[in-house]
Amino acid sequence: MSLNPSQTQQRSSPPKPARRVGFRLHILVFLAPAVLVYTAIMILPLFGTMQLSLFQEVDNSRVFVGLDNFRKLLGDPRLSATFWNALSNNAWFFVVHMLVQNPIGILLAAILSNPRLRFRSVYRTAIFVPTILSFVIVGFVWKLILSPLWGVAPDLLEMAGLKSLFKPWLGKEAYALTTLSLISVWQFIGIPMMLIYAALISIPEEILEAAECDGITGMRQFWKIKLPLILPSIGIISVLTFVGNFNAFDLIYVSQGALAGPDYSTDILGTFLYRTFFGFQLQLGDPHLGATIASMMFLVILIGVCIYLFVIQRRLRRYEF
Amino acid sequence: MSVATRSVGRSVASHAILLTYATIALFPVILILINSVKSRKAIFRSPLSLPDAETFSMVGYETVMKQGDFLLYFQNSLVVTVVSLFCVLLFGAMAAFALSEYRFRGNSLMALYLALGIMIPIRLGTVAILQLMVATGLVNTLTALVLVYTAQGLPLAVFILSEFMNQVSKDLKNAGRIDGLSEYRIFFRLVVPLVRPALATVAIFTMIPIWNDLWFPLILAPAEETKTVTLGAQVFIGQFVTNWNAVLAALSLSMVPVLILYMIFSRQLISGLTAGAVK
Repeated sequence: MSLNPSQTQQRSSPPKPARRVGFRLHILVFLAPAVLVYTAIMILPLFGTMQLSLFQEVDNSRVFVGLDNFRKLLGDPRLSATFWNALSNNAWFFVVHMLVQNPIGILLAAILSNPRLRFRSVYRTAIFVPTILSFVIVGFVWKLILSPLWGVAPDLLEMAGLKSLFKPWLGKEAYALTTLSLISVWQFIGIPMMLIYAALISIPEEILEAAECDGITGMRQFWKIKLPLILPSIGIISVLTFVGNFNAFDLIYVSQGALAGPDYSTDILGTFLYRTFFGFQLQLGDPHLGATIASMMFLVILIGVCIYLFVIQRRLRRYEF
Repeated sequence: MSVATRSVGRSVASHAILLTYATIALFPVILILINSVKSRKAIFRSPLSLPDAETFSMVGYETVMKQGDFLLYFQNSLVVTVVSLFCVLLFGAMAAFALSEYRFRGNSLMALYLALGIMIPIRLGTVAILQLMVATGLVNTLTALVLVYTAQGLPLAVFILSEFMNQVSKDLKNAGRIDGLSEYRIFFRLVVPLVRPALATVAIFTMIPIWNDLWFPLILAPAEETKTVTLGAQVFIGQFVTNWNAVLAALSLSMVPVLILYMIFSRQLISGLTAGAVK
């Protein structure tokens, strides 16, 4: 690197005394673009929406009604039933992800991180493929596969001698939500896999060699050495899964429609918000009530994230290599 | 000898698990691709067999080509994704550097403020965003989408990149300062190259939701000339829902470009990840 350009740079940066006072222009320059775009396009509209939840349309004019919308959402028997149904469905959606997606993701990453394994990149590429597909594709593909009309799923089960197990899973109230959760797991498993994989291969060789010298290998090495080191990554993945699941909408919308059938058994907060916000069939959209649901979703997500930040993350020990 | 047997056994088990899962991951994709080039009868009679001379048919693709403007949709998606990605990575890395490198008043408050966007989906503000775009005359432009996706991608990018930037050696940066490098140079010359693997990871995670988003194209840019591939495919499938050939062909067409992009990009990601591991 030549000295000249860096010297000119030096001159254009703020003079030394200014730094000592505490104002450093470069911090502002580094932060400004991100903060401006983020504030204007994301934060202000979000607050605009939250604000809407405190108003109601009366005779074509906007009237401040305080918390009346929230009282209506939780007090009106029909609305509150739909709300609690959506919330509990959403919780189950999340539980399935935590129990299926993350353990399988960790298992796959652990196997892939073995440097002596052959065809690593082929497997990694293949397993990540569903993650890059859009909800439109995923929803339709699985609808076609599980459709009794086409018969791919029954045919496959027949090959395994399990044809009697086939049910129109997406059409049955008892199975539809779990089926959709598993489809979502199928789609997103690449994300925990990749994050854990990156964490695993960045564990320094010396630590693993030291463990091997002490006779800690194989499964024991994974449980005793690697797992504690990747716990912060698992924490991040869990909170991302939580947030993603409680924002979910597209997959249900594409495969079951805004009514989240059969009989609202796959209704989650996202679809409930959509129906209320934009209206469906004969019911008119109510932006104010929609904004109220959006605020409730915000609250749920906020609680989950606070639990992560203040309870879980504090207990995780970080190791610096 | 028992050690050798055990390691062979483990390697077989590893391959068995990976192969099983890879099959589960790829089966639906392959199923759609092979059936999209079969005749209608063959699609229903033997969905699992490969097309042969008798069952081969491109009728689905012909319908799609006649009806939809997929090339334009593809171009729109590409422009939106690439420009948003560039903005997210540049702005995100700059902000992450400021937050992880300097101690200043309000640092953790600013970090929390920017992280807020990970928790709240930008969709919750859709109505206000639409009002904003109408007011600024950006409705039905790709710029509207780029702005929304940049705002959407920034929080996670800043969050992940700060984690990685915390790991960049302080000694190295201080050595740079002693050599007279400005803060901008330290960022662009020292830190950015060191966090390149993290940038690749962030790029993949940012790119996917942008490319696949249906919501904002539908609301902010539904015009024919600004339609993205995802929206185009959704509309097309909605219209041709009983024409299985056309549906399968449309699904394949919207899948293949992403698959190709991913194949190119995944090499970068993998080499980035391995480079990061060596450090």
